[in-house]
Amino acid sequence: MAGHVSIQYPHSPVNRTMKESEPRLVKWLLITAALGFLCLFLVLPLVAIFIKAFEKGSAVFSAAISSPDALSAIRLTVLVALITVPLNAIFGVAAAWAVTKFNFKGKSLLITIIDLPFAVSPVIAGLVFVLLFSSHGIFGPWLQAHNIKIIFEVPGIVLATLLITLPFVARELIPLMQTQGTADEEASMTLGASGWKTFLLVTLPNIKWGLLYGIILCTARAIGEFGAVSVVSGHIRGVTNTMPLHIEILYNEYQFSAAFAVASLMSLFAIFTLVVKNLIEWKAKKSMVSEEGGF
Amino acid sequence: MKIIHKYTLVLILLAVILSGCGTTSGQNSKKETSSRETAKKKDSVQLLNVSYDPTRELYEEFNKEFSQYWKEKTGQEVTIQQSHGGSGKQGRAVIDGLEADVVTLALAYDIDEIADKGGLLSKDWQKKLKDNSTPYTSTIVFLVKKGNPKGIKDWGDLTKKGISVITPNPKTSGGARWNYLAAWAYAQEKDNGEEVKTKDFMRRLYKNVEVLDSGARGATTTFVERGIGDVLIAWENEAFLTLNELGKDKFEIVVPSLSILAEPPVAVVDKVVDKKGTKEVAEAYLNYLYTEKGQEIVAKNYYRPRNQAILEKYADVFPKINLVTIDDYFGGWKKAQDEHFSDGGTFDQIYQPK
Repeated sequence: MAGHVSIQYPHSPVNRTMKESEPRLVKWLLITAALGFLCLFLVLPLVAIFIKAFEKGSAVFSAAISSPDALSAIRLTVLVALITVPLNAIFGVAAAWAVTKFNFKGKSLLITIIDLPFAVSPVIAGLVFVLLFSSHGIFGPWLQAHNIKIIFEVPGIVLATLLITLPFVARELIPLMQTQGTADEEASMTLGASGWKTFLLVTLPNIKWGLLYGIILCTARAIGEFGAVSVVSGHIRGVTNTMPLHIEILYNEYQFSAAFAVASLMSLFAIFTLVVKNLIEWKAKKSMVSEEGGF
Repeated sequence: MKIIHKYTLVLILLAVILSGCGTTSGQNSKKETSSRETAKKKDSVQLLNVSYDPTRELYEEFNKEFSQYWKEKTGQEVTIQQSHGGSGKQGRAVIDGLEADVVTLALAYDIDEIADKGGLLSKDWQKKLKDNSTPYTSTIVFLVKKGNPKGIKDWGDLTKKGISVITPNPKTSGGARWNYLAAWAYAQEKDNGEEVKTKDFMRRLYKNVEVLDSGARGATTTFVERGIGDVLIAWENEAFLTLNELGKDKFEIVVPSLSILAEPPVAVVDKVVDKKGTKEVAEAYLNYLYTEKGQEIVAKNYYRPRNQAILEKYADVFPKINLVTIDDYFGGWKKAQDEHFSDGGTFDQIYQPK
């Protein structure tokens, strides 16, 4: 309701005649500036990626994305996303549930810690694992004695990605669940539903769009992460190179077209993500409207 | 409510499928690795070669040749995995636990570090293979734009006003350290060893450096792709590679009157090969670099072969240059590193960031 008040404000008869022309100018200026900025810094580079990718023809393009190293990079990237995203989705729901439905000591501390990966540079996130698991790290000698390899291997990459993408789902759900409050759950419990049933039938339907949105952001980041993964990867071709690392390698080997071919593949995925994201937002809005209409 | 139920079901299904995928593919890859491990002992073996930046093309070709040779000789399938990056950074990764069977780095100092800090190989590693454990050498040359518009002929020209020089940062790049020492040697020869004059020469040279990249490849990209600078101080092989990849019509190589004999060494990492049981094949791999076949591949990739006959064969590619060596001129890498590149060393004294 508060939104409606502010929208109505300019329509009040006092301001209407005098200031109409200036806001319009400002409005157009702002729109042009924003669009110009977007074109220059987003659309243009994106177009450039695709132009460069197909510069040497589609044969080079398809060779680049079907070479064994590229395929292994794609496979590894997908594997890492498939492991980290479900884990972080579960963690995100659990954390958001705990933070919003219960009161306990250290709650704000928990929220702050969840945000930490956003604040810390990915390089540092990677170095943390080097400190912990490298052969001179805290757990290094023990790991070596038991012949467990974490760093410079797939587990290290999974861990680093897990840490970087940790806040996405939780951060998306906490504000949503906060505004929703605990009334629905309390009603369900009072009517005799178990906690699990309440979660499945009451909470989950309420948060589903937020959850999906968080999962999509989380997936996008898990696939695109460079910094932290670069630190723990060891850059072994065909073994521990993810797609972003593979792009860097190709670029450094003067295989510009191939580098941009793989980059365009990632860009396509990013665009696809955005479309799905918008679809979800639109659906969420529609379902909210229809629910409101129903009452 | 029914609609909501449907969505919930879909969501749960999705979650189950997703997590299911995660675990099954995880198991698959585990199975793969375990089967790989059992196979390893019998008829296939894997080596990891941790190397520095400009050797990518060299080892790509050499690895194929060696695999074939090893297969014919022993019937064993050998796969060589490669990791490339700045030499110092790669050495650091090996110390931190990157399980390299062999290291092929830009300078002996980085392997010394693996021996000292990591304790992964014995300190006398450099005596284990012929020629200081360096099967190929290189040197430092200049890359300039076609036609040499600024008329750059020797190190002295790099200190002139208005010349923009590209070289990487000696603190992080092995190649950059060779660049620095080559310039130093030239200045010392010219000034009869007067250190004050030499330092002044270096100060003027590094004042002309426009971009100080962190690695050799980065510096090449700055010069070639971004078009910054009048001259790139580079590895000879890197300069040749640039000509081939990006056009002889755009750049040309200038050979200075004096340069340095760059010896990028190779070594088997004892602790790793003992653990993995790959000692025999790792040693054979490095020894193969010294064979005629190996030396030929080395020369083809613009590294100077140790084998004199093959060097003669490629004499038109590698001009004779007056070369100083790190051992004779600078008293070895340890001393050079301490004097020039440690905190407060000569580089810190002469270089002021812009």
